[in-house]
Amino acid sequence: MTDQFQGIEPMVYKSKINVPYSWWAGDTASKFYLTLRDEKKITATKCVACNKVFLPPRKVCPSCFTENTQWVNVSDEGTLITFTIARRQFAAIPSDRKVPVIWGLIKLDGADTAMLHYLDEIKPESVTIGMRVKAVFSEGRKGNIRDISHFKPVSRV
Amino acid sequence: MAKRVAIVGTGQTFHKSHRPDVNGQELINEAVRRALADADLKMKDIDAIVIGNMDHFEGINYVDCWSVDGSGATMKPIIKLTTGGTTGCTVAIGGYHLVGSGMFDRVLIIGWEKNSESDTTGAITTAFDPVWDRLVFAGAISGLAAEAQAYIARYGASERDGARVSVRDRKHAMNNPHAQLRKEVTLDEVLASPMLADPIHLLDVCPRSDGACAVIMASEDVAEKICPKPDWIWATASRHSYSYLGDADYGRLTSMREGSQELWKKAGIKEPRKELDVIELYQPYSFGGLIWIEDMGIVGPGEAPRYIWDGNTDMGGELPINPSGGVIATNPIGATGLIRCAEAAMQVMGKAEGRQVPDVNFAFSSGFGGCWWTDMILHGKKKPK
Ligand SMILES: [Zn+2]
Repeated sequence: MTDQFQGIEPMVYKSKINVPYSWWAGDTASKFYLTLRDEKKITATKCVACNKVFLPPRKVCPSCFTENTQWVNVSDEGTLITFTIARRQFAAIPSDRKVPVIWGLIKLDGADTAMLHYLDEIKPESVTIGMRVKAVFSEGRKGNIRDISHFKPVSRV
Repeated sequence: MAKRVAIVGTGQTFHKSHRPDVNGQELINEAVRRALADADLKMKDIDAIVIGNMDHFEGINYVDCWSVDGSGATMKPIIKLTTGGTTGCTVAIGGYHLVGSGMFDRVLIIGWEKNSESDTTGAITTAFDPVWDRLVFAGAISGLAAEAQAYIARYGASERDGARVSVRDRKHAMNNPHAQLRKEVTLDEVLASPMLADPIHLLDVCPRSDGACAVIMASEDVAEKICPKPDWIWATASRHSYSYLGDADYGRLTSMREGSQELWKKAGIKEPRKELDVIELYQPYSFGGLIWIEDMGIVGPGEAPRYIWDGNTDMGGELPINPSGGVIATNPIGATGLIRCAEAAMQVMGKAEGRQVPDVNFAFSSGFGGCWWTDMILHGKKKPK
């Protein structure tokens, strides 16, 4: 490739586009986030046809297309389905979380789908699939998914 | 009025980490010229064009219009299809539908990417839901790592099993002059490379590439006049299965299982392991090479490590996988799925040169994207019934 330019300086145009967005969560997600913020409760929608509980809640069942109108409470405790430990500070990781970041999929008791979140208050080498974990709620809750700060291991009494 | 469809020509660039000597249109043009030359056609012979790349990668949203200088689409019908990582396979399926419809006889299909021009993480993040997943995201590699972790726990596989797949693909890339990374590695080197997200090491994953690929499809009315031994498209399938990351069955690729079952049914394939001759799998990381061939039904759940350690998927084995070196050697994302399709076509047409598998009757190519989407194509030497 070095001889391709034959003395011509390769010109590069560096640029950055600022694209602001406002994502409306919609009434279904908003109801979930308000309940989370104000009552520290995790809720989900249930498809009455499939008898499946979806978290995140869905307005319409993704399996059978029935409209979901039934809200149910799910537990703030659940089982770790799988996880990984991000060892590099990938750009997608929020700046307030420092590696190693433990990232897991948690099936809360009462839900049929898993929830994506962080695990903390545990050493990376102690994390195992199938372990029981519990939500830790944030102090200053703003009505988004990080009103749950992270999940921690359920302490065995 | 459905027509049978064949691939009659393919072309691709010599993929690099960075191509500062060409702009996007010029990169596309290199692949288009090679595909036209391969089919011995002129641009005037092309009836329509399908083009795709990954949204946000070059920051150009009207790629179909912007690229006409390179694609040759000036004053021709052109459509853009973009489905994230599966884009390259989706454009091929779109081209197949256009020709199969009987409305176009010769369609040019293009996939391309100048990955070096973009913020990969920023672009990939846009593939995940902004309200639910992005705020607790840890990067695309972490999603793959979670899949591998679940597979390892479920079937007792190991990091060494993944590394063996990476060693295979990187060795195969030595035979492909178009591959970006052409350097053999040992098992120990893979395992000693930095851990990115457990259990994925640096040498388990694909690079970022600049590259383009073009494929020409023709209807049964003209295909054999253009190319005496074309690559016939036997079947395609497409599955995009989830909205949120927590919906997937981690440790299994449901979209691959359901799509490939559709493919085998359409083509009357009973035993894919025996009836397929070569696979070009969109496998951006090593563990996908274990998990996903089980979902294809090549071997049973948990059986892939043994099958791969025994050399069955190496060149000269029972069912070679990724003779091109695959995605671990080259990954210009919007082109990657179409490169799989082109490589499978070259195998069927007997044009794969140093990476040719002997006597290919059926070949399989796929696309993988976002998380857990799969598109796929079954290629064959014989004209479908
Ligand atoms: Zn339902």
